[in-house]
Amino acid sequence: MSADANSTDHGPLDSQPPNRARTAIGRTLSSDTTREAVIVPGLALFTALLFGAVIIVISDVDNIRRLDNDFLGAIGDSLSNVGTAYWALLRGSLGSVRAVSETLTSATPLIITGLALGLGFRAGMFNIGAQGQMVIGGLLATLVGFGLSMPAVIHIPLALTAGAFGGAIWGYIPGYLKARTGAHEVITTIMLNSIAMLVLQYVLLRDWVRPEGRNTPLSKPIEDSAHLPRLLGFLDRTDLRVHFGLLLALVLVYAVWWLLFRSTLGFEFRALGHNPTSSRFSGMNVTRLTTLVFALSGALAGVAAASQIQGLEPHRATTGFAGAIGFDAISIALLGRMHPYGILAAAVLFGGLRAGGQEMQAVTDVPVDMILIVQSLIVIFIAAPALIRTIYRVRTGEGQHLAGGSI
Amino acid sequence: MHLELRGITKVFPGVVANDDINLEIIEGRILGLLGENGAGKSTLMNILYGLYAQTSGEILIDGTPVSFESPSDAIAAGIGMVHQHFMLVPVFTVTENVILGVEPTGSGGRIDYAQGARRIAEISETYNLAVDPSALIEQLPVGVQQRVEIIKVLFRHANVVIFDEPTAVLTPQEVSEFYRIVRQLRDDGKSVVFITHKLKEVLELADDIAVLRRGRIVHTSGPGEHTEQELAEIMVGRAVELVVAKTEAEPGENVLEVRDLVVRDDRNQVVVDHVGFNVRSGEIVGLAGVQGNGQSRLVEALTGLRRSADGSIHLAGDDVTDLSPRDRHRLGIAHIPEDRQKGGLILDFSVAENAVLDTYYDERYSRGLRMDWEAAEADTTMLVEQFDVRTPDIHTPAGSLSGGNQQKIVVGREFNRDFALCIASQPTRGVDVGSIEFIHEQLIAKRDLGAGLLLVSTELDEIMALSDRILVMFAGKIVAEFLPAETDHTKLGLAMAGAYRGEAAP
Repeated sequence: MSADANSTDHGPLDSQPPNRARTAIGRTLSSDTTREAVIVPGLALFTALLFGAVIIVISDVDNIRRLDNDFLGAIGDSLSNVGTAYWALLRGSLGSVRAVSETLTSATPLIITGLALGLGFRAGMFNIGAQGQMVIGGLLATLVGFGLSMPAVIHIPLALTAGAFGGAIWGYIPGYLKARTGAHEVITTIMLNSIAMLVLQYVLLRDWVRPEGRNTPLSKPIEDSAHLPRLLGFLDRTDLRVHFGLLLALVLVYAVWWLLFRSTLGFEFRALGHNPTSSRFSGMNVTRLTTLVFALSGALAGVAAASQIQGLEPHRATTGFAGAIGFDAISIALLGRMHPYGILAAAVLFGGLRAGGQEMQAVTDVPVDMILIVQSLIVIFIAAPALIRTIYRVRTGEGQHLAGGSI
Repeated sequence: MHLELRGITKVFPGVVANDDINLEIIEGRILGLLGENGAGKSTLMNILYGLYAQTSGEILIDGTPVSFESPSDAIAAGIGMVHQHFMLVPVFTVTENVILGVEPTGSGGRIDYAQGARRIAEISETYNLAVDPSALIEQLPVGVQQRVEIIKVLFRHANVVIFDEPTAVLTPQEVSEFYRIVRQLRDDGKSVVFITHKLKEVLELADDIAVLRRGRIVHTSGPGEHTEQELAEIMVGRAVELVVAKTEAEPGENVLEVRDLVVRDDRNQVVVDHVGFNVRSGEIVGLAGVQGNGQSRLVEALTGLRRSADGSIHLAGDDVTDLSPRDRHRLGIAHIPEDRQKGGLILDFSVAENAVLDTYYDERYSRGLRMDWEAAEADTTMLVEQFDVRTPDIHTPAGSLSGGNQQKIVVGREFNRDFALCIASQPTRGVDVGSIEFIHEQLIAKRDLGAGLLLVSTELDEIMALSDRILVMFAGKIVAEFLPAETDHTKLGLAMAGAYRGEAAP
């Protein structure tokens, strides 16, 4: 990321051309919107954890029952419960090399898919279809992964490319439909998600895909030559799962930032997102841009899926390999205010919550689902920034729009 | 009802929008509140309407101080407002819109539409508004929609009616109809306030004139006391030219030749019907017409935004009929869109980004995919200076600038490069007097440098002041052609109203 010194000139919300004359810090602090982009998500996280604490307390029914006869004891235990749980959450996400590795492993696909959606949002396209694009991309990557055999230097990028290609196709369809017929992308992408899942199930039940002797929907494992190497492989520990997909994600963060804010194409995307009519009046080819942004968005989602399969055990496609990443990524793109760096931060945060949540569940009675609640609360507070501003009386110049109002 | 504003001051962070304003709104009189965009007119009226709370000062009704927490308080006190942008639900009927929020209810909470419709019909009759209570809003012309807004206000028993830039969206005919209605309101004992930056209107309509400049009342007078010119100078605060001086045109070769052009709208109706005309270099051709007679679609066809169904368009001899907007732009068509906010600018983008909105791909600003923002910003800095765009800096979002300054970005962007033909649609709509003068000068300067200009405007004054030739469009056809010296408002108005329909253009 540091390849371009100017990249530090820009706060998370920056959609403006560079101003090389001003200092990085001066510009960041002087910008109201930039400050808001940090403060509001920060407060949202804080508030969500606060609510989470309440839930931890009231879900401990035995303790609540004690309130009558041992009030102070019960309160004390409640607080210590919360303390233990959040301490475990912190330890599980940042407390050890393994914890950090798990955090980053969970963050990797979230970063890339978050970028996919953020790119679409910037151009005014509400792509809900990352899930389906991941499914198709991951499937293609898997097919290339076990179907071909070649040196890793070719096989790894080829499988990733196959993933990108699959995602791009699945993204192109709603893009084309929107550009040509005006079909609303929210509807079409949701439908395509279902279709993608059915395609996946169908393919995973084919004999040429299934491992021998299995009759559940499952693919053969991909060849070793398609595996993304582990990043900390030199430490020779099997529990450090973080893989080269993370580096790929970081490169993509910079690439998407560059695309959006330094390239002519990104200028067109952003223009389209803000005002399609003015974009058309300015001679931009809106039809082409719409399909292109969808294909690119899908390609990113496909790469995320490929990196999951190539980077993590069991190195094969199952019906659930994409999890709910495509949907979590919507939250991440919004939380990151559709800015690549913001998305990076949001994805690492969610990755940390996920990794820490496992630890929390192991150490305390608090189920990992608590993390889902916290994540959802964060998103609610982000989606309703007025709520956070009212609670904390954050004063900002202007309010309601979510970074550019493209949705 | 006697309404008095006493010492009203409104401070926004960093700006004093209204500064110690004293104003009386008298029963049975029309007060014209004149001021440029950003002078504080709307802020003042929003305070009066309960949308903003004043920082200090008080509002008195018949001598008693009142305070409005919200518009509903103001409405209850008998104050009504017709906003510049109508607050109507397009898919509702007139009745539904008017009664919204004050529904007459019958037994069991059932809405008594009949009663509402009856009162609307009464009001419509009293003021000759000719509004059908059962009509759908979206099917009504803008002028009638405005009358629905007026009915809304009267339905709520307003004694003070505030109009915010009421004529901005009206055709000339609708404007004179509007004047009649306002006078009738006054004669009926209502107090009327209308906010405007159009001098003619104030002189024509107002019984009292108050001029607002930078948040202060700088002048009050009656209508006969000052000329348009004097009022303009009071409003702007410096000497201005209402009609920019220009020399005789020296037309050269054809830069635009339109033959038998047919354009269909989105519903496939023919809206431009076998139109043919030409624009020569070094002349300004004015295209007059009431809004909605095909001018907008014609412009879209000329700029490539809409396909022509038939006919041809030649630019300096080259057939451009089937070229894309970008290709025509490259070949030398500049376009100032009729609605800068919808078509000309991206309001969330910075001044610099808007300044290269249709030239960013040029090798001057990009190499391959890479934008050269330094070059773009350097040129923007020059543009801002040259076209007198008042902006804190070039990174300011265009949306935070005044209408006049926004328009100057559009004009500057188009004029900052060479072009053979400029299609200027409503180039000064919603622009303050100072900026109008500047933009007119720029248009004439380009003409004198040898460009051809097609000026599409619904403002007759603008057409008369700038054009070297005037075409009049009616019902999709060009129905008349005039030289400005040979014509006047009446003749043009008649042509615009279709008086020459069916005859050959004189």
